[in-house]
Amino acid sequence: MLIPHPLLGPRDSQEFTYLGDAGLLNRPDGMAAGAEAAFHDYVYLRDNPAGVHRELWFHEQGDRSWLVVTRNTVTHEILGAELAREVALRGQEGGQ
Amino acid sequence: MRFSGFRVFKEAVTGHAGWRPLWRNPDPQPGYDYVIVGGGGHGLATAYYLAKAHGKARIAVLEKGWLGSGNIGRNTTIIRSNYLLPGNQPFYEFSMKLWEGLEQELNFNAMVSQRGILNLIHSDGQRDAFRRRGNAMILSGADAELLDAEQVRAMVPFLNFDNARFPVKGGLLQRRAGTARHDGVAWGYARGADLHGVDLIQNCEVTGFRIANGKVKGVETTRGYIAAGKVGVAVAGSSSRVMAMAGLRLPIESHVLQAFVSEGLKPTIPGVITFGAGHFYVSQSDKGGLVFGGDLDGYNSYAQRGNLPVIEDVAEGGMALMPMIGRARLLRVWGGVMDMSMDGSPIIDRTPVEGLYLNGGWCYGGFKATPASGSAFAHLLATGTPHPTAAAYRLDRFARGHVIDEKGMGAVPNLH
Repeated sequence: MLIPHPLLGPRDSQEFTYLGDAGLLNRPDGMAAGAEAAFHDYVYLRDNPAGVHRELWFHEQGDRSWLVVTRNTVTHEILGAELAREVALRGQEGGQ
Repeated sequence: MRFSGFRVFKEAVTGHAGWRPLWRNPDPQPGYDYVIVGGGGHGLATAYYLAKAHGKARIAVLEKGWLGSGNIGRNTTIIRSNYLLPGNQPFYEFSMKLWEGLEQELNFNAMVSQRGILNLIHSDGQRDAFRRRGNAMILSGADAELLDAEQVRAMVPFLNFDNARFPVKGGLLQRRAGTARHDGVAWGYARGADLHGVDLIQNCEVTGFRIANGKVKGVETTRGYIAAGKVGVAVAGSSSRVMAMAGLRLPIESHVLQAFVSEGLKPTIPGVITFGAGHFYVSQSDKGGLVFGGDLDGYNSYAQRGNLPVIEDVAEGGMALMPMIGRARLLRVWGGVMDMSMDGSPIIDRTPVEGLYLNGGWCYGGFKATPASGSAFAHLLATGTPHPTAAAYRLDRFARGHVIDEKGMGAVPNLH
């Protein structure tokens, strides 16, 4: 698989390590009420869809940036990639 | 129709005219007491033990494709009970004992062959870990032997013992482990279930659950609505997709695992050899092909096929361990979809929906568990209480902090 790195262009997926669902960017507030249940869901539960999946890849053998890659889990087709930092900042601004 | 030597002889001299299909192909009834979703090894075994051991009737197995079309037909056929933790090892030893009597039980040749499994040791630390594991196996009633390098050399002289990074220093051997004919296991359980009156309904995909007041009433399928008293889901690989239709999120990711077989060769490898440090394991089928595999591809996938990097990784592991494998030509590569659970251990439990039960999260260890999984799931469905060997496989163990993490990896499903 070739991952279209937003800064470096197409890169072999072998240069990356995989973490999982991009929902992991949205870490629960440990001080909020119900934090225990929220962290259980955050750590253990996954949507695990068959189809389009947004997921975190780390460019370990490259520029060491975290990417959010949009990929189809049925066909392995990669539909896009952006810097996880930008996705996270957008999320903090109430976007997403 | 019973299989026997006499029967084979009789058919041989009468032109093989008397063989009949091994099971009926019935249309679905409007309702059943027990509906098993998934006609793979675990689903078929569950239906068999429900009917045979618990004397239940009005049972159906719903399969979206053909019987045995999932991971029971895509694994590398290894059976073993060499686990460490108390939540796991008694269950797998229970499975091993069922394997040992399976062919007599089913009157079907599942080609169970106890040719042994050898886990290689490369360091003192690993020897200590395997000694501990072996002791845990013996405590559960299984067999285990710790071999030194010379004993391993006598058994499998073709290994590269002096590999610079991973020299072979010994091994943990379970002689009662081995292989079985994967399709034969599915067919044997299917035939046994059918003989006990279970309806095996193929080309019947479950498209939804009918749930009222928190209780399951039946399943919507491509062949119409089927009412059900209890529904047992045994669809490992697709557990998340199916249970999402009941509104559940699971502690599971689906990953692709590739497997490989070479052209047929003369007998070379006496049992199963695992080279965990090099991400490689190998055995030889009765047909002569070297059957081998390695790691997951590592990313969520439902594709039933993987990519080239892992093929290269497995080939490198094979060449590092037994350089002679470089002379064998690869015949086939395929992939299967694994229910990778968050602690590497399975789930056999009821769910928050009353009457709906889940059997899944088998990671890449589902095949060897087939008899015990079916037996334990049938026990749970029939009695409402967990089987003693499967009592730790609860769905809520993650929330309670009672994970069964053999590898101590944490909640990283692609590393289990």
